[in-house]
Amino acid sequence: MTFQRKHILGLEELSAEEITLILDTAESMKEVSGRDVKKVPALRGVTVCNLFYEPSTRTRSSFEIAEKRLSADVLNFTLSHSSVTKGETLLDTARNLEAMGASVIVIRHPMSGSPWLLARELNSSIINAGDGSHEHPSQALLDLFTIREMKGEIKGLKVAIVGDILHSRVARSNIWGLVKLGAEVRVVGPPTLIPKYIEKAKVRTFYNLEEAIEGVDVIIMLRIQMERQDSVYFPSLREYSRFYGLTRDKLKGADKDVTVMHPGPINRGIELSSDIADDASSVILDQVSNGIAVRMAMFYLVASAGRNQ
Amino acid sequence: MSILIKGGRIIDPSQGIDEKGNILIENGTIKSYPKITKKFEQDNDVTIINAKGKVVAPGLVDIHVHLREPGFEHKETIKSGCESAAAGGFTTIVCMPNTNPVNDNASVTEYILLKARTEGIVNVFPIGAITKGEMGETLAQIGEMFEAGCVGVSDDGMPVMNSKVMRHAMEYVQAFDIPVISHAEDKDLSGVGVMNEGDVSTQLGLAGIPCASEDVMVSRDITVAELTGARLHICHVSTAGSVRLIRAAKKRGVKVTAEVTPHHFILTDEAVNEYDTNAKMNPPLRGKKDREAVIEGLKDGTLDAIATDHAPHSEDEKKVEFDIAPFGIVGLETALSLSLNLVEDGVLTLNQVISKLTDAPSDILNLGKGTLKVGSAADVVIFDPEKEITVDRNNFHSKSKNSPFDGWKLKGAVNYTIVNGDIVYTG
Repeated sequence: MTFQRKHILGLEELSAEEITLILDTAESMKEVSGRDVKKVPALRGVTVCNLFYEPSTRTRSSFEIAEKRLSADVLNFTLSHSSVTKGETLLDTARNLEAMGASVIVIRHPMSGSPWLLARELNSSIINAGDGSHEHPSQALLDLFTIREMKGEIKGLKVAIVGDILHSRVARSNIWGLVKLGAEVRVVGPPTLIPKYIEKAKVRTFYNLEEAIEGVDVIIMLRIQMERQDSVYFPSLREYSRFYGLTRDKLKGADKDVTVMHPGPINRGIELSSDIADDASSVILDQVSNGIAVRMAMFYLVASAGRNQ
Repeated sequence: MSILIKGGRIIDPSQGIDEKGNILIENGTIKSYPKITKKFEQDNDVTIINAKGKVVAPGLVDIHVHLREPGFEHKETIKSGCESAAAGGFTTIVCMPNTNPVNDNASVTEYILLKARTEGIVNVFPIGAITKGEMGETLAQIGEMFEAGCVGVSDDGMPVMNSKVMRHAMEYVQAFDIPVISHAEDKDLSGVGVMNEGDVSTQLGLAGIPCASEDVMVSRDITVAELTGARLHICHVSTAGSVRLIRAAKKRGVKVTAEVTPHHFILTDEAVNEYDTNAKMNPPLRGKKDREAVIEGLKDGTLDAIATDHAPHSEDEKKVEFDIAPFGIVGLETALSLSLNLVEDGVLTLNQVISKLTDAPSDILNLGKGTLKVGSAADVVIFDPEKEITVDRNNFHSKSKNSPFDGWKLKGAVNYTIVNGDIVYTG
């Protein structure tokens, strides 16, 4: 199959074939990253703008390296959170960047759906680098890539996603992707953070961590924030950690080859006990380097879809 | 000047009329229903409207409109809002007090009425605030606003959270025999919600407003209305729970009435898909079961009236991230066609739909409108219920174009709108 999309906005709208194509393309991109000269000319002459409304050094750097390895001209535009509601509108800012010649805009924004607004109103290709509580497609794709690399295939795997499902874009994107590729997905966390409607996405809901991870092949831990903007969802980080933090002891019920993943940055001693974090660190670092390959694949496919049209 | 409306199907639910006939308007009032029209036709001073194949009904009455003036004239003015109303077949509109300044004292009420008299082409009745500045703390100048012309009180959009304040409001209004009009919402339960809480909000990662946030407040308001004996009117009912609560309250004799908007009986939260800010309003579009329940409520009379909650916002204000886009859509120019859908779907008869847009809303606020009785003000709409139209936001008379129905193919077109005997709109 060939990739036909101008934008990559989320995994919910991608088919299993499209996701697999991105992962397959990422394999070749990973090979580029292993070379002495880590550069191919796929995006030569293309200006890519990283438009970030949230501070995220990691994701932005990963995108930037991916762009540079494909020989794109890179423009970084980082705005503070407060500029979302004050001053120039998102559309005006993005139109300015487009006028500067950016034909691909990578957007990270604290509000769900913002990339859709740009995709509707602009001519550029839009890559979603995380929108509010909605989707974080590049993170999920790199998680899928890493899981596939470790386990061979995703179909039939049992995967638990632990933590704040309600507000997590990483969770949503992973759920869409994993379910489409045939994994059995379970979500677990305090009931205040598990929306009851999530079961429509063909996942099973748990409130007890040990039950949820029984026999699972992969555990994806989500970063926890004690207070969201609107409410307090659990009594204390200490109590959260006691019930939903992963420790050596709790891990016993999972598959003996279980892989523990975390999108980072880790709150040591809260989501993961320190020893598990150390054990998991090699996978977590794999995730980071795979992130570059996956993002290169996303750009490559969007650019070639553009050329084919 | 006289107008003779000839040969239409006259439907006036206030008199139980549904018959072919003629109406003669003279000096701004309904003069008679002449059987023979020849002698009037020869009179040079008579404007003849041929209404053959059309419906002739009392001018429509919308008891829930945001005219935005004073304060937000870039969204709508009293003038443009009235023009929008006329184009939609409405001859009487009732405007909410959330202007800037808030209509919480007689001088703002007088300003609105002065503007309406001098620039407006339809009848305008204001609603005053319940509390000063719609802050929910102390009672606004309800008596003086009543004297100045307010027909009810509401803190629309800013529900009175303090039950004791609501109690006092419901007691106090009884001195003037006006209802308390409630935008029923528990603001704490709604939190930072921007759409209905459900499958769609969960998928889109948008904060949800649960149905319970409306149900809880409807329940509280009904309870306080029972305590005080006040007349309570519930705005824009959107949930199955509200319908159930109102139905039960009516059954045990509570003085409660309720309205529903066309968008709540036509759309569900699926319309938000792809983050369409023109599907963002408060209360939000709900799920399928809620939509079915409000339709059932219309059918069994639990929901007395249809009102638009016409809420104009400028293009710039709506073309932003979903979270920060303002709530609300325009409704005056699509309400009739959307309501006629209820006839098409077999939910209501044409007579019932017209009643819910004329005498029923008028009765809720004692406006004395929504009728074609001989001697009453000649407020008339003439429309073709079968004519197919395509909604085009660019043709709206409203200053704002924020409608989710743009491009929809609907049935029903307004031919004439007549207010106090003047033709104010010709379709």
